[in-house]
Amino acid sequence: MVNPLLAWTALFAPLAACVIITLFFLRSKTPSALIAIAGILTSFVCTVLLFLQIFHTHPAVELQQSFAWIHTSTLTIDFGVLINPLAIMMLMVVTGVGSAIFIYSKGYMAEDPSMPRFFAYLSLFAFSMIGIVLSNNFIQLFIFWELVGLSSYLLIGFWYAKPSAADAGVKAFVVNRVADFGFLCGIILLWSVSGVGGERTFLFTDLAGTIPGLENSQLLSTIALLIFCGVVGKSAQVPLHVWLVDAMEGPTPVSALIHAATMVAAGIYLLARTFFLFEPLTAVLTVIAYIGAITAFLAATLAIAENDIKRILAYSTLSQLGLMVMALGLAGPLQGMYHLTTHAFFKALLFLGAGSVIYALHHEQNIWKMQGLLKQMPVTGWTFLIGTLALCGIFPLSGFWSKDEILALAAEHNTVLYWAGTLTSCLTAFYMGRLFWTAFGGKDDHGHAHESPAVMTIPLIFLAILSIMGGLIGIPHFIYPEAAHPELNMPVAMISSGAAILGLVVSYLIYGKRPSRDPLETKLGFIYPVLKNKYYFDTVYGWYVDRVQQGVAITFAWFEEVFIVRFGVHGLTGAAKATGNALRQLQTGLVQFYALVFVLGVVYLFFVMVTRL
Amino acid sequence: MIGLGHYILLSGILFSIGVVGVITSRSVLKILLSLELLLAASNLSFVAFSKFNGDYTGQLIVFFVILVAAAEVAIGLAIVVLMFRHFSTIQADELKDMKW
Repeated sequence: MVNPLLAWTALFAPLAACVIITLFFLRSKTPSALIAIAGILTSFVCTVLLFLQIFHTHPAVELQQSFAWIHTSTLTIDFGVLINPLAIMMLMVVTGVGSAIFIYSKGYMAEDPSMPRFFAYLSLFAFSMIGIVLSNNFIQLFIFWELVGLSSYLLIGFWYAKPSAADAGVKAFVVNRVADFGFLCGIILLWSVSGVGGERTFLFTDLAGTIPGLENSQLLSTIALLIFCGVVGKSAQVPLHVWLVDAMEGPTPVSALIHAATMVAAGIYLLARTFFLFEPLTAVLTVIAYIGAITAFLAATLAIAENDIKRILAYSTLSQLGLMVMALGLAGPLQGMYHLTTHAFFKALLFLGAGSVIYALHHEQNIWKMQGLLKQMPVTGWTFLIGTLALCGIFPLSGFWSKDEILALAAEHNTVLYWAGTLTSCLTAFYMGRLFWTAFGGKDDHGHAHESPAVMTIPLIFLAILSIMGGLIGIPHFIYPEAAHPELNMPVAMISSGAAILGLVVSYLIYGKRPSRDPLETKLGFIYPVLKNKYYFDTVYGWYVDRVQQGVAITFAWFEEVFIVRFGVHGLTGAAKATGNALRQLQTGLVQFYALVFVLGVVYLFFVMVTRL
Repeated sequence: MIGLGHYILLSGILFSIGVVGVITSRSVLKILLSLELLLAASNLSFVAFSKFNGDYTGQLIVFFVILVAAAEVAIGLAIVVLMFRHFSTIQADELKDMKW
C-alpha cells in the first residue's frame, strides 16, 4: 500500500527547515546546517519508503491525492500530489543527490559568514523542486517552476557583493522569464481546449484522458511548442542556453544541485511527465529532437575552448541535457529519464569534485593553474576520474548504459541525430580528458593543495558508487515497468565506446604531457575565437537588448511621457481645476445674491410644475 | 364682490414686494422687515383659502407661522446686534468674507 502522507512529508520537510532557519537561526551557522540537512534527509527517508512501497506493489500504481485549492464555477485549481514510478525515481534523484550535496555544503560553506542564509535558500530550493516533481496539475507545477527559478536566482547571486554573480543571477532570471511566458501561454491554451466533453481542467490525469481525443492538431502543436518553450528555458536549450554557463558564479554545491542534477533536469522531467501531450505530434517531436541535438553538439564544442573548470562542466551539462531532450524528441521518455538519473549522479559528483578542488586551491577555477591534483587530493582525484569516465560513457559505468540507450534509439529512427549524438560523445570524452589531464595530471610541483575534510569526501564517494552502479540496478525497469526493453545494441555500443575512447586518447596525446598553455589556441585557427566567444550568442543578445529593445523602450517611454502623463494625467487634473475655477465664481459671499438665485430657482420649479399640469 | 382671486392677487403682490425688498435692501433690518412681508403674504393666502374652503386648518397654521415669525425676529434681531458689534455695520453687502 502506498501512503500519500509520505509524499506530503517529503514535500514540506525542507520548507519547514527553511522557515525555522529564517526565523530563528540566521546567525548560528552549525544549527542552520543541521536543520537543513535534517529537512532534506527527512524527505529522502520518506522517498525511500515510498519507493519500497511502490516497488512491492504490482502492477505499477499511480496514486493521486488532491484537494481543490481555488474553486469557482468555471475554474478549479487543485493542489495535490501524483505519485507514480516516474515521480518517485525523480524524487529519489532530487532528495538523494540533494542530501549528499547538503552534507557536502556544510564543509564547503564552513568559512562563509552567511552560511545560514545559504542553507535557507537551499532548503527553499529543495521544497520547490520536490513540488515540481509531485505536482498533479499544470498550475501547481508552474508555481513551483517559478519557485525554483527564484531560488536559483537567489543562489546564483548568493555572493551578491560580486557584480558578476549578481548579474548572472539576473540573467538567469530574465532568460527564464522569456521562456516561462511561453510556458504560461501554453498552459492557458491547453486549459481552454481541455473543456471538450467535460469541465476544463489542469490535472495531468484528466488531460491524459482528453487530449488524445482532440482533433485540432494545429492548435495542439502550438500548445506543445509553447510548453516546450518553458523546457527550453529551464533546461537551457539553444537558443536560451546562455544563462546556464554564467550561473556558475554561484557557490559550487549550488551548481551541482541546481544547475547540473535537478533543476535543469526539471524540463526533461516535465516532458516525460506530460508526454501524453507530445506523443501524437510527430512534427513537434522532430523539432524537439533537433533542438536537443543542436544543443548537445554546440555545447560540446564550446566546452573545448573553456578554461574554467566549472564552466567546462556547465557546458557538459548543457550538452547532456541536449541529449536527453533529443531522446524525448525521439519519443523515448524512458531513455531520457534514464540518462537524467545517471547524469544527476555523475554530474553532481563532478561538480562536487570541482568544488573540492576549488576549496583546496582557495577559489582558483582556471584549469591551467592546476596541476598534479590526483596525487595531492587522491579521494577527490579518483572520484573525479570515475565521474569523468561515467560521463564519457565508458563500460560498465552508468553513463555508458543510459547514453547507449539514447544512441540506440536514435540509430533506430534518425541517422542524422544518431551521428550527431555519437560525435557529441566523442567531443565529450575529449573535453573531459582535456580537463582531467590538465588539472589532475602532470607533475606534482605545487604541493600546497590538501585533501578536503570528510564531510566533503564522503558525499563524493557516495556519488561515485552511484555513478558506477547506476547502470546496473534496473532503473529503467522501475520507471516504466510495462515498456519493452531492447537488448544492448552491439554495433551502437561498440561505435560509441570507440568514439569515447578515441576522444580520450586524442586528449591524452595533446594534454598528457601537461603543456603550460592550451595548444588548441593556435591549432584551431579561426575557429578558436568563435568558440571563445560562444558562437556570439551573448554578443547578438547584447546587441539586441542594447539597440532594438532599448529603442522600443525609449519610444514607449516617450509615448508614456507625452500621451499618458501630459495629456492623460495632467490633462485630467487641468480639466478639473478649470471647472472648479469657473464654478467658484458663483461663490460671491453676498447673501442677497444667494437669495436671488434661490428665488429664481423656486420660480423656475414653480413654472415647471404649472406647465406640467 | 371680492372673491378668492382678489385675496390671492393681493397676497402675490405683497410677496413680490417682500422678495424685491429682501434682494435689493442693503440694510439687514430692512431685509428682516421684508421677510415679515413674505410671511404676511403667505398668512393672507392661508386665511383666504381657509375662509373659502370652510376649513379651519389654514387658520391654525397661521397661528403657528406667527409664532415662528416672532421667534425668528427675536433671533434675527439678536444676530443683527451681534453683527453690529462685530463688524460695526449692518449693511449686508459689506459682509463678503465667505467669498472664494
